[in-house]
Amino acid sequence: MIEIRWHGRGGQGAVTASELVAVAAIKEGKYALAFPEFGAERRGAPVRAYTRITTETTLIPRTPVLEPDIVVVLDSGLLGLPDVLKGIKKGGLLLVNTKAKPSELRSRLGCSSDVKVATVDATGIALETIRTPIVNTAILGALVRASNVVRLDNILEAVKERFPGRVGEVNVEAVKRAYEKVEVG
Amino acid sequence: MAQQLLKKKLALSSNYAVAYAVKALDVDVIAAYPITPQTHVVEKLSEFAANGEINAEMIHVESEHSALSAVIGASAAGARVFTATASQGLALMHEVLHIASGMRLPIVMSIATRALSAPISIWNDYSDVMNARDTGWVIYFTSSAQETHDTVIQAYRVAENPNVHLPVMVAYDGYIMSHTVEPVEVVEKEDALRYAPKKVTWPRLDPDNPVTMGTITSPDWYYEFKYQQVMAMREALKAAEEADRVFGEMFGRNYGVAEGFMLEDAEVALITMGAFANTAKVAAVEARKQGVKAGVLRLRLYRPFPKEKIVEMLSNVSAVGVVDKAISFGAPVEGPVFNEVAGAFYSSDHRPVLASFIAGIGQRTVLVDDFVSMFKKLQEYAKTGRGPGESIYVGVRA
Repeated sequence: MIEIRWHGRGGQGAVTASELVAVAAIKEGKYALAFPEFGAERRGAPVRAYTRITTETTLIPRTPVLEPDIVVVLDSGLLGLPDVLKGIKKGGLLLVNTKAKPSELRSRLGCSSDVKVATVDATGIALETIRTPIVNTAILGALVRASNVVRLDNILEAVKERFPGRVGEVNVEAVKRAYEKVEVG
Repeated sequence: MAQQLLKKKLALSSNYAVAYAVKALDVDVIAAYPITPQTHVVEKLSEFAANGEINAEMIHVESEHSALSAVIGASAAGARVFTATASQGLALMHEVLHIASGMRLPIVMSIATRALSAPISIWNDYSDVMNARDTGWVIYFTSSAQETHDTVIQAYRVAENPNVHLPVMVAYDGYIMSHTVEPVEVVEKEDALRYAPKKVTWPRLDPDNPVTMGTITSPDWYYEFKYQQVMAMREALKAAEEADRVFGEMFGRNYGVAEGFMLEDAEVALITMGAFANTAKVAAVEARKQGVKAGVLRLRLYRPFPKEKIVEMLSNVSAVGVVDKAISFGAPVEGPVFNEVAGAFYSSDHRPVLASFIAGIGQRTVLVDDFVSMFKKLQEYAKTGRGPGESIYVGVRA
């Protein structure tokens, strides 16, 4: 089972991102659950969401992910919060929306060498493509490249279904650009 | 082949899974008022209606009291009807709930369960449905989006069964299920209508054959009306079992009125409902690794209460814990389901040690380890032969 924990701020689309990964996984015939951690749903407030993906069992607990394989941070300003890096598994992946290089981020956070660090300027990509700083689709492209958790074509299909028409096209472009630009170190 | 079957699954929340079921059942009249966390049900149905994907009359009413009143009228006229609510909405409907069951109308309603005010909580527990348990409705608690979808379809077959003619609630956990996206194999309209054909089996208002419904009844008849409801509710157990069996034959999925997990050789067991089930099952596997022979009984049909089934399924278990997601203030033991389980065992020869756990109130998180601790407590009670005597409040800051 692969467990993903998403950290974002209200309005950035962390919950939607958590769902789109599940949608893509279900398209691949996997079993997946995606659910938000419910707090006050205010724009700008820190939000968490979770995705669990498995091919082995449908017996998945309906509880928050405490020991994630992957932590995705949609707003690097959240990295100061104590719970963001908490519980990440050995061999796990930390993916952050930032202009910083993975090596810079690793030394800044004092991240252990057991954890893979990936970075992408999802905000920049979102502003270029969607023209608003909603980074959830861009971060998905980076996630797929850095983790292979689902296939790119299935993410693109999930994005197109969720956002029909022109909105879908620019979001697809955001996914593709982040897929190209993500750096893993 | 397996891959092809899996490909047909949609990623849906339980809220959307309900809407897709209502769509497949070709419901005639939908009246509802939006309330968190149920709103997506009505939103999706409105979208279906706007796109011409369903043929239902959507009545956007001014309150839940009116929502149920409107579907009562429509059902009495012979329409297949649907409504949905939660929490304060179900509380506001309360007096009308009795009218729906007293008039013996086959209304189906979904509930995204949520705590009650005050203080205001938009989060999950079962206070809303527990308040409605004596209103004469058949009540299911489901534990996955797939099961929620399937149960709404089964609900119409039960409600419209001529031996039953009672309204049915399908309850699932607000947020924990209502907002969780998971794979659902959607039943097609043609198949749903083959399973639950549209046929007016209940007495209806008809200008050519006038009848009076819900009129004033003097002491020489009221009691008999209520006794008929008792009999109908007893029949509903058989109807629910039949509906589930036939559903399994047609669609390859069935659930039972209660589901056992690792009960065959269990020494201790937890009774849970709804979204707790999977977490409790994962905990049972973990508890067994730690030397506790644990099992889970998941209660799916809450009204009518399948007491004989439960006693039979737990006939070899020495200690039984009941996990309640609601509080019955001032009750002998505060877990509402606990009291009913205790009642069921009192009239049986098998008397396991019983324990009441209250958990998940206002959506307080309950982890796998919390369930493992409950299993361990049960093992202690089994050893000493004595239960705790009062409810244990899991995770509260006392």
